[in-house]
Amino acid sequence: MRWAKLLATMAVASAFAGASCGISVAADVAPGDVQFTDDGVAVSLTGVAGNPEEGASVFKDRKLGNCLACHANSAMSKELFHGDVGPALDGVADRWDVAQLRAIVTDSKKGLSEDTVMPGFYSLNVGAHLDEKFAGKTILSAQQVEDVVAYLATLKE
Amino acid sequence: MKKTVVISALAAALACVGVAGPAWADPVDEQLVIDGETMITRAKAPEGHPFDEVLSGWLFRTVETRALETDSFTNPGMLEVEEGEAIWNKVEGSAGKSCASCHGDAAESMKGIGAHYPKWDAEAKRPINIELQINKCREQNMGAEPYDFDKGGQKQLTAYIKRQALGEPVSIDLSQGDLQSWWEKGKDLYYTRTGQLNLSCASCHEANMGKMIRADHLSQGQINGFPTYRLKNAGLVSVHNRFRGCIRDTRASFPKAFSDELMALEVYVTWRGSGLSVETPAVRQ
Ligand code: HEC
Ligand code: HEC
Repeated sequence: MRWAKLLATMAVASAFAGASCGISVAADVAPGDVQFTDDGVAVSLTGVAGNPEEGASVFKDRKLGNCLACHANSAMSKELFHGDVGPALDGVADRWDVAQLRAIVTDSKKGLSEDTVMPGFYSLNVGAHLDEKFAGKTILSAQQVEDVVAYLATLKE
Repeated sequence: MKKTVVISALAAALACVGVAGPAWADPVDEQLVIDGETMITRAKAPEGHPFDEVLSGWLFRTVETRALETDSFTNPGMLEVEEGEAIWNKVEGSAGKSCASCHGDAAESMKGIGAHYPKWDAEAKRPINIELQINKCREQNMGAEPYDFDKGGQKQLTAYIKRQALGEPVSIDLSQGDLQSWWEKGKDLYYTRTGQLNLSCASCHEANMGKMIRADHLSQGQINGFPTYRLKNAGLVSVHNRFRGCIRDTRASFPKAFSDELMALEVYVTWRGSGLSVETPAVRQ
């Protein structure tokens, strides 16, 4: 069942693949099309492997992930000010696999729980009175989510 | 004049210390005494309140910031309160009157008053706060232009009037006019998630009160100290400005100052701080 979904998603992705330059570039899965299952989000949002170093910078950048606002992370002890609204992310990859981490970061309301305060970073399910500057936009791009997920996957104890 | 310079230098120095301060988790167990008078910074919550105890934002601030509020001479906001006093006595408008022409000595006529706003404005059929009451007096009694939001001395005069209620416990009378339905509306807004970050006031000030959100220690978001002096702004900040800032931080568009939305929120948030002493101008980072 899961495989069927996965294959279907891949087929959709390749249908959108750019053909002009000869290299097959998969289009990003649109925020509304991300497939959540009980096991998380199994398929990459971009088809391009995440870069953990990029992910680390997205993670700490106050204008991007700003994950430290809510999470402590010992691996970034040089950064000032780690929040504690959410749990510390030390060893988070021992607790969750990549598909689950992708689900949590993509849309925590689906990946964690409906009433979590954690924002959905690749979701258009937003609150009321959205500032029009952000209309139709996600907090992170699909690739930034993949990068952050790749970074989270390095956090093992 | 010399005093002014010394105090603002001190405030700036302390602001730096505050920024580099350590993380800490719980509201402190300390008493706030301002000029010898003990403030109520913890009060039993009114019935129907989500917390058992309402807590002043003062309890969540750093040692340095807390200390600034304890004395009129070290509180940098008091300079603007003094400006407010000058405005109180200044004749403006076609009627040739000042606030003092009608109200005399504010220490007497305004004693305790600021703790019991917003009230119901029967004429306008909506809640009225101190800022709007000032504007009403300016227009109806002084023949002067109403202040634009946060302009022309509005914050200073509001702070001066509220300072006359220093120590007085906040309480509003929701049985006035239609105030109860504005309370309901304010409550809805308090729990409405807004913006791209999809957070409500309650997400931060109720569910995560006492937690650190990066460098900020989340308080209950009380308004008993407004207008507050913010070290970051080096000046007074009004309630509606603070509300708008918090809403903007969720990446939502924010309502106009004194709009129905923000007046309803002010009614509701004032009630959430029932029993806390007025601390205007409270000092915040
Ligand atoms: C506004 C607060 C907030 C922000 C910002 C935030 N989170 Fe979270 N996060 C939480 C909370 C709270 C939880 C715990 C789940 C719950 O109780 O709702 C959580 C849980 C998690 C978990 C599961 C942790 C575990 O051990 O179970 C992961 C992984 C995670 N967040 C990653 C991130 C990443 C990566 C970012 C930035 C891209 C981020 N979070 C930004 C609040 C936040
Ligand atoms: C993303 C988190 C967040 C949200 C959402 C939020 N606030 Fe805040 N608020 C803060 C932070 C951080 C501060 C500064 C620290 C403190 O005083 O709690 C603050 C401060 C305040 C203060 C000043 C408290 C004082 O003692 O000086 C008030 C009042 C306030 N918020 C009200 C609100 C209201 C009303 C809403 C909803 C419209 C709201 N906040 C939504 C984070 C938030």
